[in-house]
Amino acid sequence: MVKSNEPIWWSLFSAGGVVAAFFLPVTIVVTAIGVPADWISPGALQQLLQNPLARLYLFVIISLPLFHWAHRFRYVVADLGLKGLGPVPAIVCYGAAILGTATAAFFLAWR
Amino acid sequence: MPTGWWLKKKTYSLFMLRELTCIFVGGYALLLLILASQLGDEKGFGDILTSPLLIGLQIIALPMVLYHTVTWLNLTPKVLVLWRGEERVNPLLIAGVHYLAWVVVSIVILWVVALHR
Amino acid sequence: MAANEASQPEATISLEVFRYRPEQEDEPTFQRYEVPYREDWVVLDALNHIKDQIDGTLTYRWSCRMGVCGSCGMMVNGEPKLTCAAFLRDYYPQEIRIEPLNYFPVVRDLVINMDDFLDKLTEVQAWLVPEEEKPVSEGEYLQTPAELAQYKQFSMCINCMLCYSACPVYGQNPDFIGPAAIALAQRYNLDSRDGAADKRAEVIFSHEGIWECTFVGDCTRVCPKNVDPAGAIQQAKVTATSDWYRSVLVPWGK
Repeated sequence: MVKSNEPIWWSLFSAGGVVAAFFLPVTIVVTAIGVPADWISPGALQQLLQNPLARLYLFVIISLPLFHWAHRFRYVVADLGLKGLGPVPAIVCYGAAILGTATAAFFLAWR
Repeated sequence: MPTGWWLKKKTYSLFMLRELTCIFVGGYALLLLILASQLGDEKGFGDILTSPLLIGLQIIALPMVLYHTVTWLNLTPKVLVLWRGEERVNPLLIAGVHYLAWVVVSIVILWVVALHR
Repeated sequence: MAANEASQPEATISLEVFRYRPEQEDEPTFQRYEVPYREDWVVLDALNHIKDQIDGTLTYRWSCRMGVCGSCGMMVNGEPKLTCAAFLRDYYPQEIRIEPLNYFPVVRDLVINMDDFLDKLTEVQAWLVPEEEKPVSEGEYLQTPAELAQYKQFSMCINCMLCYSACPVYGQNPDFIGPAAIALAQRYNLDSRDGAADKRAEVIFSHEGIWECTFVGDCTRVCPKNVDPAGAIQQAKVTATSDWYRSVLVPWGK
């Protein structure tokens, strides 16, 4: 039996699950209800995101939920009956989360 | 196992629904990533936030993400086991504290956003 | 009313029972039996009635009749149940479908082959392995009530295998070590008298161990002894993860 490197992915999945559970509902309320209801304007949100702490928050709620998705989705694919794909789903899912994290870091830290 | 095994039993279906919430969690993270890419462009940023299609998708995502929150918080006491001497801390208390923290965190974030209106 | 009821013809309930006799049929069939309906009868009582009064060829396992031995587990209307704890009154007047436990090879009628589960118990060393064996003359291995409390819940397992029959992960991948064996590994890992957690880690922290589990949670729901195997597996994931990070970040430590 091979010792697994699953702890990396599972810990990122768990951290993403916690972050998504605590922060995503209220963030959706702001962007999908607050903005159309004119409670806050897009310009004000853009202004708020000039603050480094707000950018850090945005980075965290992009990156970790992507890893959460990657890990769960990889198992959903198998549960829905798509088997025999070898390491392809894992590479695609985790690869997308890593790419998304790098892109988010680029936009939020260097731009 | 037949492909549709998760349709055969209510508990399996609810499990699959819980797992499928990840699509909405990941999808919303992707939307935020696109939003982050437009931080320097006032028009692009505003267009994303006011697009009726994207607002509609987010309204669909909201109940799914809430389902993720509820299932996640309900299961935390299974993972987080605390002991007070010989007694295990009541799982309902552990879940309850998490729910309370969730409400407080949500209010704080709304408050911070309100300050910048 | 009570007197009236007594004079009426006896109420009955139908049992649709899985039959498989390899010497006479290639494919399993179902056979229907009408048995007397009694408020205080469980499914096992009905099966015993069939065996004694109607059809002596029906084969199934049972022993204690009181939820301790773990031998009478079967699928009752598609749910893994101890038949000694499944009351007819919870199904009456609908018929009840009785099948052998899911995902195990059927030997005959309702009897399954449990070798796979027994092999897995051996694989995870589901017994006490003291760090140092000491001679009897040195006395007992002492343990405080707080140390006992750590693992007591997981020690309630009666090896009935209902959790395996509830587990779609095991259904899809028979190599999965599975709920009860991992819960029992955890039971000994958490025992202050035991010193073999490292050896068990090789098996349960492997891919066929805890990482195969997607936390469906049905094992915990069907467990007749409230062992909570799903919780045991998630807690083992936490241990495996912190061990892994420690071995990466402080490789010189133990």
